[in-house]
Amino acid sequence: MELDSLYQEVILDHYKHPLHKGLSSQMSVQVHHVNPSCGDEITLNLLLDGGVVQDVTWDGVGCSISQASSSIMSDLVHGKRVEEALTILESFSELMASKGSQQGDEAVLEDAVALAGVSKFPARVKCALLGWMAFKDAVLQAESK
Amino acid sequence: MSLLDVAAIKADFPIFAKKMRNEARLVYLDSGATSQKPEQVLAAERSFYSEHNAAVHRGSHLLAEEASLAYEGAREIVARFINGQVDEVVFTKSATESINLIAYSFSNTNKGSFALTAGDEILVSEMEHHANLIPWQQLARRTGATLKWFGTTSDGRLDLSAIDDLISERTKIVAITHQSNVLGTINPIAEIAHRAHLVGAIVVLDACQSVPHFAVDVADLGVDFIAFSGHKMLGPTGIGVLWGRAALLAEMEPFLYGGSMIESVTMESATWAPAPRKFEAGVPNMAQAVGLGAAITYLEKIGMREIHEHESTLTAYALAGLSTIKGLQIIGPLDAIDRGGVISFAIDEIHPHDVGQVLDQYGIAVRTGHHCAWPLMRKFGVSGTTRASFYLYNDLSDIDALVDGITATQKYFKV
Repeated sequence: MELDSLYQEVILDHYKHPLHKGLSSQMSVQVHHVNPSCGDEITLNLLLDGGVVQDVTWDGVGCSISQASSSIMSDLVHGKRVEEALTILESFSELMASKGSQQGDEAVLEDAVALAGVSKFPARVKCALLGWMAFKDAVLQAESK
Repeated sequence: MSLLDVAAIKADFPIFAKKMRNEARLVYLDSGATSQKPEQVLAAERSFYSEHNAAVHRGSHLLAEEASLAYEGAREIVARFINGQVDEVVFTKSATESINLIAYSFSNTNKGSFALTAGDEILVSEMEHHANLIPWQQLARRTGATLKWFGTTSDGRLDLSAIDDLISERTKIVAITHQSNVLGTINPIAEIAHRAHLVGAIVVLDACQSVPHFAVDVADLGVDFIAFSGHKMLGPTGIGVLWGRAALLAEMEPFLYGGSMIESVTMESATWAPAPRKFEAGVPNMAQAVGLGAAITYLEKIGMREIHEHESTLTAYALAGLSTIKGLQIIGPLDAIDRGGVISFAIDEIHPHDVGQVLDQYGIAVRTGHHCAWPLMRKFGVSGTTRASFYLYNDLSDIDALVDGITATQKYFKV
């Protein structure tokens, strides 16, 4: 079924057991993003130190795609240098814009390649990007401090 | 309990021939967002463009005359449909524009019925669509007036317990929905209008979810303005209606200025044409108005009473069917009394977007999200709901498909 390309097992796993969910008290910056078309919300805490993503925690409500994507993202950027994290983010944004034509580079995106199928469903791309855009905004805010 | 001949009705709607994902038939349960269009409406629009197209109310040629007759003919059809006077019907591009038109008219004058200042109050309800909330929030901000609202009871009815405090000498506007687009609740408008008029307030009714589905008689309701859109009642997009009492329309300031809405113009100033013309600046959405006229003619042929009975039967059947699903909560009244064919629900452990996505695989079109009623979502403690809404082209098999689809969704997500 076409649906299985959207809801891969790894996505449902992250949805049921999200990583780094629950806000930590230590942070450089906190951001709050919403998806105005569906009402999904995310609050994200970023701790940046010496150009390294020391910690990303988040909380929020949303569909399986937004929750799994936020879980995957937070785990992926954890401990990475900011430039590297932003490169991963670029790569993920490109995958989401691919309308189903790309599989994603597993060496860069790891579990996030499971979200490749989302790019075939235009209405769901914003769900997948919610956490990533919050992270990008947090980085920009932290760096401009 | 009676049902319409849905097979015959569906034959008039070309879209039902479309194959959805996985070759499924279309189970369209999203008429609360927009309705589908019958061939009669498409033909009316096509005929306007191919046989009569010209700018209305201008020009001395045959086409201009025919176009004006068709456009004004649509106005007569609308007026008769809601039991108003022809000159009380203003065409807008949408119900949203209709409501903004009234709100801006309050900003554009400081006299008579439309004067609004700090200390005055605007009363809405917690179950308003954003289109009947934000224009009033903004009007309050511009004028210093205070926005107040009726709450909602836990079973999805309007909470009238504080009506004595909420409607006072300070109340200048009561703007309320006839039927909630989320809960399906039909509100006791005549009673509210009566109370509002005792203190001299103007009553604005958002009739987007009522006029398409049951007979609405403006004389019976006793309100001062009603707003509704064409596209939710088998008509085209881009056409909305504002009905207002003649005396108030005469007093009301225009909101859009330009061609067609004037009586006389000099380099320094201008005077306005009488209503409804003074509210219809620019070349209007003519083919869409004509299409709306055809939609009303179609609805009247079937009968608004019959359509309402049909939808009541579907609603009662759906409420019964949905209540058998474990882990499903209906958000809104659980009985079909004073309730339209709109049912919102939440399913344990499955987000509405995911429900909608799985249902789509079976050709079932529902709405998911906050339904432009975010405050109401907060009230019920959900980020969004799944909403099924019915119309004259739905039948019991559509509801069976919905119930089966939800069960399949729960199975897919293993809950």
